[in-house]
Parts: sequence; structure tokens; C-alpha cells
Amino acid sequence: MRIQAQIGMVLNLDKCIGCHTCSVTCKNVWTSREGMEYAWFNNVETKPGIGYPKEWENQDKRNGGWVRKANGKIVPRMGGKLRVLSNIFANPDLPEIDDYYEPFDFEYEHLHNAPEGKVQPVARPRSLISGERMDKIHWGPNWEEILGTEFSSRSRDKNFDGVEKAIYGQFAHTFMMYLPRLCEHCLNPACVASCPSGAIYKREEDGIVLIDQDKCRGWRMCVSACPYKKIYYNWQSGKSEKCIFCYPRMESGQPTVCSETCVGRIRYLGVLLYDADQIQKAASVASEQDLYRAQLEMFLDPFDPQVIRTAQEQGIPDSWLEAARQSPVYKMAMEWKVAFPLHPEYRTLPMVWYVPPLSPIQAAADSGKLGRNGEIPDVGSLRIPLKYLANMLTAGDEAPVKLALERMLAMRAFMRAREVEGELNTGVLEPVDLTIAEVEEMYRYMAIANYEDRFVIPTSHAEYTGDAYGLRSGCGFSFGNAGSPGVSEVSLFGGKRPTQRSIPVKFEGEK
Amino acid sequence: MMSYLNELLFGYYPYLAGAVFLLGSLVRFDRDQYTWRSGSSQLLRAKNMRLASNLFHVGILMLFVGHFIGLLTPPVVYHALGLSTSGKQLLAVAAGGIFGVMTLVGLGMLLHRRMTDPRIRANSSKSDVFILWLLLAQLILGLFTLPISLAHSDGSTMLLLAEWAQRIVTFRGGAADLVADVNILFKLHLFLGITIFLVFPFTRLVHIWSAPVWYMGRPYQVVRQRYAR
Repeated sequence: MRIQAQIGMVLNLDKCIGCHTCSVTCKNVWTSREGMEYAWFNNVETKPGIGYPKEWENQDKRNGGWVRKANGKIVPRMGGKLRVLSNIFANPDLPEIDDYYEPFDFEYEHLHNAPEGKVQPVARPRSLISGERMDKIHWGPNWEEILGTEFSSRSRDKNFDGVEKAIYGQFAHTFMMYLPRLCEHCLNPACVASCPSGAIYKREEDGIVLIDQDKCRGWRMCVSACPYKKIYYNWQSGKSEKCIFCYPRMESGQPTVCSETCVGRIRYLGVLLYDADQIQKAASVASEQDLYRAQLEMFLDPFDPQVIRTAQEQGIPDSWLEAARQSPVYKMAMEWKVAFPLHPEYRTLPMVWYVPPLSPIQAAADSGKLGRNGEIPDVGSLRIPLKYLANMLTAGDEAPVKLALERMLAMRAFMRAREVEGELNTGVLEPVDLTIAEVEEMYRYMAIANYEDRFVIPTSHAEYTGDAYGLRSGCGFSFGNAGSPGVSEVSLFGGKRPTQRSIPVKFEGEK
Repeated sequence: MMSYLNELLFGYYPYLAGAVFLLGSLVRFDRDQYTWRSGSSQLLRAKNMRLASNLFHVGILMLFVGHFIGLLTPPVVYHALGLSTSGKQLLAVAAGGIFGVMTLVGLGMLLHRRMTDPRIRANSSKSDVFILWLLLAQLILGLFTLPISLAHSDGSTMLLLAEWAQRIVTFRGGAADLVADVNILFKLHLFLGITIFLVFPFTRLVHIWSAPVWYMGRPYQVVRQRYAR
């Protein structure tokens, strides 16, 4: 057993109001640079919809993720190493920028400088790539916001597979939900596997997947290999970039910017312990619907003395083990089973999980019953089809999603009965196998959702940082050569490396 | 004067260019690796990229390998393998012709794209444009030397050029004198070839150093520790 710790995320879609604060704060911090205007490390999609980039979930078209071969081995869907190299001069699976959208800005200057005329001056759009004027903007960030575009276009959504989607185009049956998306920081990342340079890596200490900007050569295989399309090619620098899980914040115990600023308080960050020896096995299980359960089996119980002892032996700090015991992510994914991986069928073992959203109940009469006699309404009558959610979260297996929705409904019914009507309605808890203590904890985490409960982030450890003293007072994060000592061990032009300080300390009695 | 120029361009210039090529690459790699990339623009415009880029890259790689082997293999080696001098020249002309035309088509398409597509044009650096025109000029010169070579099937010029290259790389004197009397087209082709090495570290050509052949022997997953150094 090789125990590793990873900081995972859960997004409670039941509370997402689609305000895009996460996307905007993320963009302001990380991607407001030339070449990255089109890139959103975090974006919020309205579902059903084809998303960003267009049809990212359609792997028949996009070729992302892994595929299981007849012999039980998994290879990237876009091909093994030889095929990756043979496509290096032109990647047939690479999305074009129009699949995201052509970034543009408006000629605001014209509003100031326009000569006097008969009509009011207007600010017309210009492409940020070519600088040419755009007559019409065909697509943009979040084009499908709140069911924008016609149903025939939106219904190309891959999650409609196996759903009688025609009726959901009718006004009376329309449904929608929000899906905030970011890098999944997978346990079996396809981007890492497809990088010919070996520039993408997973950090051992916290599981964050990063691209070494110095080592990236712009072969752009990661862009197509990632099934979530969460790696973006910076067309200005010629390097790929991705969500960095705000690692500089995380290392100092702060939540990511998207989590910190989430007004709906839907995001949770916490440590999960897993057995790294199981990754290959879990990602290679035969049935796609077993992938969710296989991933659950990889996670280790942080309260198990055996696990704690082994983790300590393998050098995981006690503060991380304590954080794993307090982890809201563990509670939602493992204890209450209300959080699910996004598209486990891609076989990347994603680590950003989602609580499915409840939705209004079709028949008003059904909703009236709820709480009076303690019955939980049939989740099949929720406005968002169960199959649709299952296609998104469990490769189409409805049972786990159904149980999660029932547990959330039971929690609501129980708490309403107790707080509003003063009744202890344990009848709603029995069918969903929850105790009062569990429901109270669920309520605390999912309804109240205090800051301290949502974010349990152990700070980085002295053992991890190595020679941090040398980094002190440095010029910090910068691209290019600013204050760089060069990459080779010995400085090319003499002198000591500025980021490695060795102070000659001698102790009493030492020679 | 002509002999001075000849000595300068084919005796000393190769060493100047070679030194800049090696040292320039090393310094750029060490000090400014963030600028070290292939510079792909496929994301901005994918149209015809598969055809153009593959034709160009496969063609030019084969031309490079052909020149490398053809120029640096001593006559005794290929004679021992049963290849006569005139036979080798015929092989060189045929292979050079086929891959040269292949490269020409690919390069032509890429150059057209770079000069006319507004997205690509706006995002091309001067060196991106310069290097394509330089390669085109070099390629056309190379193709024009083919009929000259065919005109004398004994391979005598080829022997001179190969001997020149071998003397240069083995630091033996008298290399420039060997090519003093070859056709001007060969001389121009040599000059531009050396110049490509000179400008190499300052252009996107550095991505050739990074051909990711090691990928084949690597496990799929890469895990790093923080500050592993």
C-alpha cells in the first residue's frame, strides 16, 4: 500500500446560482494575459448545452481521456505513444480557437474620439487575435447562458444519451442546471500521459497537476488528451497552461480563488488519502459504470489506525492526516455518498466531485405531500431527468445518484419537520439509511456550510519545501528570465545560484 | 580578393556559425527556456495544417538526414557497401528531388498561410517569417543544383563537397580551397546552409533540439516532488 494525499474539491450543484463569480475572479487572477483571453481555468456552463469548448463531452469527436483495450490495458483514446509522436507535426484532435470562441474587445476608444456626426458612435468588436474588425460575434464565453441558443443546438449535449430528449425541448418540460468546471486534478491524468516532453506532472504531496512552463515545448497533445478540455494552448507564448489549483494559496492554507469567492458557498476543499498502487487497477475496470465504485475503493479511511500508521511511516505529516479526518470532501464522497466524479467513464479518476442538484417536482400535488406524511417524493419526478444526471456523474448508473438525491430530500424533510413543525420525523431517514447524527452533520456541512467546515486545507510542510530559505525575498512568480538562475546545476556565468543559499554553520567541536 | 572571400565564407564562417549555434543554443536553453518552444499556430487556424505541416516536416527531416549521411560518410565506407560514386550521386539526386519537392509543397503552403491568413500574420514574429523565407531560398537553391549534378554523372562535385564537409567537421585545413571552383549555386547553397546554423539559436528552430524521442521509453504518468532539486 502506497498512501498518497490529495486535496480534492466538491461542488454542491444544488446550491450553484450560476453567478460566474468563480470564473471572473479566476480570470482576473490567472488568465488576463495576451494569448489566454479565450481560456477560462474555471467556467460555468448552463446544462443542457454543448459547453465550452463546443461538445467537449463528445469523445467520439474530441478523442479525450482513456480507452480500455480488449486485453484490459488502458491507452489514451487519441492513441498510444507512437501515434502521439506521429501526429506531432499536426494534431488531428486539436480543437481550433473557434471551438472555444474568438476573443474580442470593443473599440471603446471610438466612443471618445469619433468626430461629430448624425448618429451616436458605437463601440464595435475587434478580434484580439488578428486585430481585424468582427462583423458578427458567433460564439463567446458562456454563449449558452440560461438556455441561450436553440434547443436543437443545445441538445447535442452528450448527457442526453439514452434520454428521450425531444420532450425536453418543449417549454413546459424545460429544465436547466449550472455546471462549474475546472481542472479535475485527476489521479490518472491523460494530459500527463500524452505530454511528449514530460513537462506535465502530478505533485506527490498534494496531487496538484501542473505544467512546467520551462519544459513545455508546445507539442499541444495535452490539449486534446484531456477529456475535460481544461488545458489551454497559450497562442502567444506557445506553451500550454491549465488550472493550477491556486497552489500558492493552497500551500499557505488558503482556499482556491474560485472557492474563496463563491457566493453560493458551494465549494469544498479537503484532503483525501488514497492507495496509489490501486490507480492502474481502478482506472482499468471493465465496466464503465464500475469506475465510480472502483475509485471509491481507492480512498482510504483516515480513521483506520492501520492507515494512519502506514501513512506516518511513508512520511505524510500528522497535520495532513488530521485534515483528512476533518475533510468535508471525504464526508460527502465517502460517508454520505452524495458527491460524484464528473464523467468517470473517461477513466482519468477525476478529483473534483459534484453533488447533483435537486429540482422542482413535476406534479405540484407530490410536493404538497412532502413533509406532511414524511414520504420522500419519487426522485424520478424531479424536473431534471435522473438519467441525465447519471450520464454526467456515474456513467449512466442511476442508483447512486438516486440515493444521493433521496438523502438530500430526506435531510430537507427531516430538518423542516423538526425546525418548522417541531416534529422528530425519523420516518424519512430510515428508507435512505441515515441516522439523526448523520443528517445533522450533513445539514451543518451542506446547508450552513461555514467557511471552516468547507475548507480544511493543511498548510505546506517544511519537509516539503526543501530549500525555502533561498526563495525568501526572491522576486516570486514570474515568467521568463526575471531573476532566473538558469536551469543547469552550475550557473552558466559563474556565481552561486540565488535561490540556493548555503550558510556555512559550524557547531562546537566540529572540524 | 575572391580567394580571400572564399576562405572567409567556406573556411572560417562555418566555425563562426557552428560556435554560435552551439553556444547560443546552450545559453538560450539555460537562461531563457520559457522561450524554447515549437511555436505552433495550429490552434489559430487548423485548415490544411495536417497536409502542409506533415509534408514540410517529413520532407525537411529526410533532407537533413540525407545531407548528414551523404556529406559525412567517407567514400571508402559506401564503396565497401557496394555503392559507386556515381550511384551514390544518383541516389542523392533522386532522394533529394523527391523530398525536396515534398518540402517545397509543404513549405509553400505554410508560407502562404503565414503571409496571408490574418490571424497567423498578426501573430508572426519577424524571425518566424524570416526563417520560412530563408528555408524556401535554401530549398530552391538546392533543387536548382540537381540538374547541374545530373550534367556530370561521375559525382566529382559531390566528392568535393563531401570532402569539404568532412574537413570542416574534423578540423583539417584546406577545406575552402576544395570548393573554390564549384558552381555558384553550390556555393550559395553552402552559404545559406551555414547561415541557418548561425541564426538557429535565435529562432523557433531550437525546437529541433527537443524532438521528444525519449517519450517512447517513459512511463505514462509523471510524478514530481516539490523542489526536488
